[in-house]
Amino acid sequence: MKFRVERDVLADAVAWAARSLPIRPSVPVLAGLLIETGDSGDGLILSAFDYETSARATLPATVTEEGKALVSGRLLADICRSLPNKPVDVEIDGAKVSLVCGSARFSLQTMPVDEYPTLPEMPEATGTVKADLFAAAVAQAVTAAGRDDMLPVLTGVRIEIEGDHIALLATDRFRLSLRELGWDPGSTDATVAALVPARVLDATAKSLTSGTDVTIALSGSGVGEGLIGFEGTVGGGTRRTTTRLLDGEFPKVRTLFPSEHATVARVDRSALVESVKRVSLVAERNTAVQLAFSDGALTLDAGSGDEALATEQIDAVVKGEPITTGFNPTFLLDGLTAIETSIVELSFTQASKPAVITGVDGGIDGDIVDDFRYLLMPRRLLG
Amino acid sequence: MKGVRSELSILHVDLDAFFAAVEQRDKPSLRGKPVIVGGIGSRGVVATASYEARAYGVRSAMPMSEARRRCPHAAFLAGRFSAYREASATVMSLLRELSELVQPLSLDEAFVDLATSATPPATGEDARRIAVGIKTAIAQATGGLTASVGIASSKLLAKIASDLDKPDGIFVVPPGTERDLLHPMLVTVIPGVGPATSERLRRAGVKTVSDLAAMSPEELIRLLGQAHGSALHALSHAIDDRPVVAERETKSISVEDTYDVDLVDRVLLNGLLDRQVRKVATRLSKARLSGRTVTVKLRLYDFETHTRSATLPAPTDDPRAIGRLARALLADMDVGGGVRLLGVGVSGLADWIQDDLFGEEQDPEPETPEPDLSRFGRQRHWVPGIDVVHSEYGQGWVWGSGLGRVTVRFETRDSGPGPVRTLPESDPGLRRLDQLEPGGPVEPE
Repeated sequence: MKFRVERDVLADAVAWAARSLPIRPSVPVLAGLLIETGDSGDGLILSAFDYETSARATLPATVTEEGKALVSGRLLADICRSLPNKPVDVEIDGAKVSLVCGSARFSLQTMPVDEYPTLPEMPEATGTVKADLFAAAVAQAVTAAGRDDMLPVLTGVRIEIEGDHIALLATDRFRLSLRELGWDPGSTDATVAALVPARVLDATAKSLTSGTDVTIALSGSGVGEGLIGFEGTVGGGTRRTTTRLLDGEFPKVRTLFPSEHATVARVDRSALVESVKRVSLVAERNTAVQLAFSDGALTLDAGSGDEALATEQIDAVVKGEPITTGFNPTFLLDGLTAIETSIVELSFTQASKPAVITGVDGGIDGDIVDDFRYLLMPRRLLG
Repeated sequence: MKGVRSELSILHVDLDAFFAAVEQRDKPSLRGKPVIVGGIGSRGVVATASYEARAYGVRSAMPMSEARRRCPHAAFLAGRFSAYREASATVMSLLRELSELVQPLSLDEAFVDLATSATPPATGEDARRIAVGIKTAIAQATGGLTASVGIASSKLLAKIASDLDKPDGIFVVPPGTERDLLHPMLVTVIPGVGPATSERLRRAGVKTVSDLAAMSPEELIRLLGQAHGSALHALSHAIDDRPVVAERETKSISVEDTYDVDLVDRVLLNGLLDRQVRKVATRLSKARLSGRTVTVKLRLYDFETHTRSATLPAPTDDPRAIGRLARALLADMDVGGGVRLLGVGVSGLADWIQDDLFGEEQDPEPETPEPDLSRFGRQRHWVPGIDVVHSEYGQGWVWGSGLGRVTVRFETRDSGPGPVRTLPESDPGLRRLDQLEPGGPVEPE
């Protein structure tokens, strides 16, 4: 194996693939990054795999001798990050890989290539979605995903695909996010659903934003069953990730959205965010924040009688019955900051029932943006 | 430099051979004799040795088997934590009369900030007078326990000083002489320089504090890392601005149990933990409270106490949520040598809970099979050193047991040395004095 590659191209691809290296590899070869020359004799393929998530990057390079080598991924990533901006020459030299860039010269130990596992194949059924739209949608959806590894099902995002429509759902049982977006299902018209680890999904979607489109590959059966794949184009090469789906039944959550509302309030989003942050300063984050909606005003309160108290009032357009309820301030802020519009709408049925938070486009009298909905269960006062 | 003091204002008290001294106080026949307190099982280690036992080379943290070889005629006692805690509380309250800023480091050790006391010492003589006063007060209030006191301008020097005239001593470090005192000492005198750090320093040619002070901060940081390196550099120059921090009482609801035998079985420990979690949850709901932070506490066979805590995203009073977190915390803790005390508590108390979108019926927790906990009720176990009372002979302590018999020395703190009697274990007149109810002391504070 012998090739020459641009420093930035190599560094980008290595850094991207190295994200999927396991922190504590179950077998030593998994700490390795596999470097292969392409089938057509031109370009490179980099692979990383931890049996859950695989990463595969292709990049342009001038190959003078075909071959492959497995080297420590972390070390290679560290080296590439610090190289000067000059062409990089890499070749196999006995049991070592030599890497030369300008006057810098490295000799890396190799690991046995034949012990490296085969990366899973991409599922067949595919469609595409705009890369930045997808990353933004995923970022909104993962807001409500659980982080408790004892409840693995809730650490996933449920992706539901039906025709030209994708829905992303996540819940940690206290709040629920639902993001809907369109996509191009290509030649498939599959109706499928999958539960994808939220952390992997979020990191993958973010890492593919420099391209225009992301291909999503998911199949109900056959090749790639139990996997989801994502592929994007970055700087003259492709980036492909597959990850294993989570097992288990995602709870039935769509019916939790109430169909009618007794109170609907609209407020300035950043005013509400700032106010919630201020009043929840009291009582060391153990306090809930109480929201009282009445004609034209929202009053926020936090704290309890024998500790510090905080109160603040902001303008609100309130329709329907006055209502007083309260929330965990962290959960409320998570929802409010996931929304992008400057006005938000909060809808209530009863003080003890979940509230729906959505964005409003075009000022206080504008239209609901209901492609993202955040459902939040209120706090219950004891005693 | 901010916080660095130049006056005598920090006092460090260290009770001498504390556990052993409490035993000698309460067991007149052991006074002036070697006494070793610790894990008396096969894997036990020495918690404290009396000065008489130290003369034979017995040291804290030494394996008990080694201690038995070095000093076979010593009294080997399992320890009575409640007696130590009581004596410690007496001492700490005396220190709090001196200043409101008292920072206990363990049961037998504390810092006192004299700058906030009613009469801060102006001279070395004043400081010595304060030290004599507190030592006298401790001896009177605890029935004769002795302490060693160090007074200096910083925590570092005060702690080192209390060790320089041990036992029953006083050492005052006059301001301005800190470096002269510190520099000839071995680096291990600095708290935080353990075996690993001192080995690294040794390889770099550093033996004494003055060797350490001669190193540049950059060099030291390269050797030991940013935080440790820069902290040690300052300490080696006797620069220590760490304030005395009074222990803040965290409001919590907790349950803990002490066991007669050292527990190592994880299934059993989980079962005991579950039982405690249910009690905590019941107490929470009775008090109409919830909490966010779950803490698991272990005391090992050698009295070393460990706590681990984790915080939930929202307060809860649900025993399942508390239990899940408590079990995860326990799973991460080392129970190797055996657990003497297990406890679980909930803090970060609040008056609300985060309800579940799915309602109550969601995810019924799989019931873990309950291990047989019955033997952790009122088990009779005649551990050497524990207090007993007999209907006819009065109060005493277990000297030894086996073959269905218990040997008791009948004496108390005030009785003078008393007689030894061997009784059948089944003697209806004999019972333990410290027998704790399963479920233990529960204090909503």
